[in-house]
Amino acid sequence: MRPAAVVGTGQTHHAAKRLDVSMAGLCREAIDRAMADAGVDWSDIDAVVLGKAPDLFEGVMMPELFLADALGAVGKPLLRVHTAGSVGGSTGNVAASLVQSGVHDRVLAVAFEKQSESNAMWALSVPTPFTMPVHAGAGGYFAPHVRSYIRRASAPEHIGAMVAAKDRRNGARNPYAHLKQPDITVESVQASTMLWDPIRYDETCPSSDGACAVVISSEPTSGQAAWIRATAMRTEPTTFAGRDQVNPQAGQDAARALWKQAGITDPLSEVDAAEIYVPFSWFEPMWLENLGFTDIGQGWKLTEAGETEIGGRLPVNPSGGVLSSNPIGASGLLRFAEAAMQVMGTAGDHQVDGAQVALGHAYGGGSQFFAMWVVGSEKP
Amino acid sequence: MTRPLSAPLDVGFDYTRSLGPTLGRFLSDLRRRKVTGIRGSDGRVHVPPLEYDPVTAERLSEFVDVTATGVVRGWSWIPEPLEGQPLDRPFAWALIQLDGADTSLLHAVDAGSPDQMATGTRVRARWRPERVGAITDIECFEISDEPADPPAEADEVTMVTTPVNLHYTHSASPTEDPFLRGLMEGRLIAQRCPVCEKVYFPPRPACPVDGVPTTDQIELSDRGTITTYCVVNVPFLGQRIPPPYVSAYVLLDGADIPFLHLLLGVAPEDVRMGMRVEAVWKPREEWGPTMQNIDHFKPSGEPDAPFDSYSQHL
Repeated sequence: MRPAAVVGTGQTHHAAKRLDVSMAGLCREAIDRAMADAGVDWSDIDAVVLGKAPDLFEGVMMPELFLADALGAVGKPLLRVHTAGSVGGSTGNVAASLVQSGVHDRVLAVAFEKQSESNAMWALSVPTPFTMPVHAGAGGYFAPHVRSYIRRASAPEHIGAMVAAKDRRNGARNPYAHLKQPDITVESVQASTMLWDPIRYDETCPSSDGACAVVISSEPTSGQAAWIRATAMRTEPTTFAGRDQVNPQAGQDAARALWKQAGITDPLSEVDAAEIYVPFSWFEPMWLENLGFTDIGQGWKLTEAGETEIGGRLPVNPSGGVLSSNPIGASGLLRFAEAAMQVMGTAGDHQVDGAQVALGHAYGGGSQFFAMWVVGSEKP
Repeated sequence: MTRPLSAPLDVGFDYTRSLGPTLGRFLSDLRRRKVTGIRGSDGRVHVPPLEYDPVTAERLSEFVDVTATGVVRGWSWIPEPLEGQPLDRPFAWALIQLDGADTSLLHAVDAGSPDQMATGTRVRARWRPERVGAITDIECFEISDEPADPPAEADEVTMVTTPVNLHYTHSASPTEDPFLRGLMEGRLIAQRCPVCEKVYFPPRPACPVDGVPTTDQIELSDRGTITTYCVVNVPFLGQRIPPPYVSAYVLLDGADIPFLHLLLGVAPEDVRMGMRVEAVWKPREEWGPTMQNIDHFKPSGEPDAPFDSYSQHL
């Protein structure tokens, strides 16, 4: 397998409603920035990989068909990837594999969601005949499992609010973030409305329109490169008897494979920044444990000690994360791109000083799809 | 063999589209009884206008006025129109090259009979009297050598609404079928995996772990334990139960997997993980093949189950 690197990243200004652009225009805003960042032209791109979450979100079946010209895919291979909320991450990994395998030299990965075209809570709660209609979107799905985590880890109640306040403050340092709340506090999060008890309004990701793009290349195209040291994806069924919904096996397995491939034996010491898919605040400590940064039941202690802040031992979501911007299909690729930006030193006001190794992580479905990569400033 | 139970599943939403500068111009002009194309890098005029060039992928911006008259380049006769199609009587789908355009537009031709249609037939747009900024502002095309109606003043459009309505027939699987027929008799029928011996309720066609059919049928009682839960306080489009309500995972006694149901008869703040519950059934005359025969679960009054008894089901 030959080395591959992220050589350019781009993203849109994320917002609740980007009514100024079409879906094609939204994608191109991110693509044009990524290609300019990489210093490449359309003739340099060999293939395009598009990621987007369920088609019911925009009501467009197979959007890759009508977007082919906007994505510059005419006369080139165009692949659509779909793994629910983790799709942005899977899109990055598929694009990386096309370069690492030697099939293509430079691949454009794009992911988007235009949530304002419909209503994700509606789309995720379509009542199937013969069942009990208690489903209530992603928040309703994940809230019981958050409650299980709190009980199992004996975590104090304020941890979720700490994560939310941190990520929103970080988002205020990111010019592209949807939510910028520099003055948010743990107390103000705790005072916000309880939506799906135990998840409060301020502990919930927004609904965003946005896109993200990265150029992956076998050789640097400009001065910068985030070398892809490892990629991993794992899947498990949504439900089965004895399934651990708090600490899913697929996530553990993906992380183990990832660290091994990257040659990392002590993730907490060796990783300088992590962009972890945290759509609801409590998933920060849950995924810290699932990823092996801490022992089981200990993730919340890292958060509580302030070690996941910028300047802490493991800054988590310096960009503000999913809690600050959530164009669902793009959210995973944003995590991957932000990790690359950290090791390229292009993260601006949310740069972690001296970051040389970073994690990008995404999960999707009922915590059943996991995708992650490790990028580093050194060529492997 | 009886057919598995089935029921309609209708999914509908009025999607909104923000148009951006290119499609916005095209649809605003349709509202003005004008058709606008765009010139590509190779000089061709594309109608409808493309946002990005199909050859160079560059953004296109040179709008070109074309006429609302043109020639049929290909067609197909629709003897029996379907829901949502432009006309409710037989019509032709046609690729129409408008005068001044280099590409063809797909639209309906109200030709009356397939005998009237031919490649090369001249057509003109029949404009709708009330126009909103949509491709359907052209009601259809009609066979004619005459010009179409002249342009008119109208405001810009930046958004369109695109209703999508899908009508499915949702069928139960052969495994679900006895489970649903059991519910009609007030019985809770589960199935056991012959390999791992886990009991699935509702039953599955195959054990998700072992991949073998779950053939052993067993009946469960309507009592169980709340493993975990959330309180839904948020209202949303399409919601069937007014909030707040407790959505709880119920692990029936003897089952190895919990399912989501509604918990009532207790204040949300008093619900606990491990709470023992029992089913409250709807009146028998309201029963059908659905889990909704159980109106909700309520506390049974038994002592809470110890954490270790359900911790492996979280």
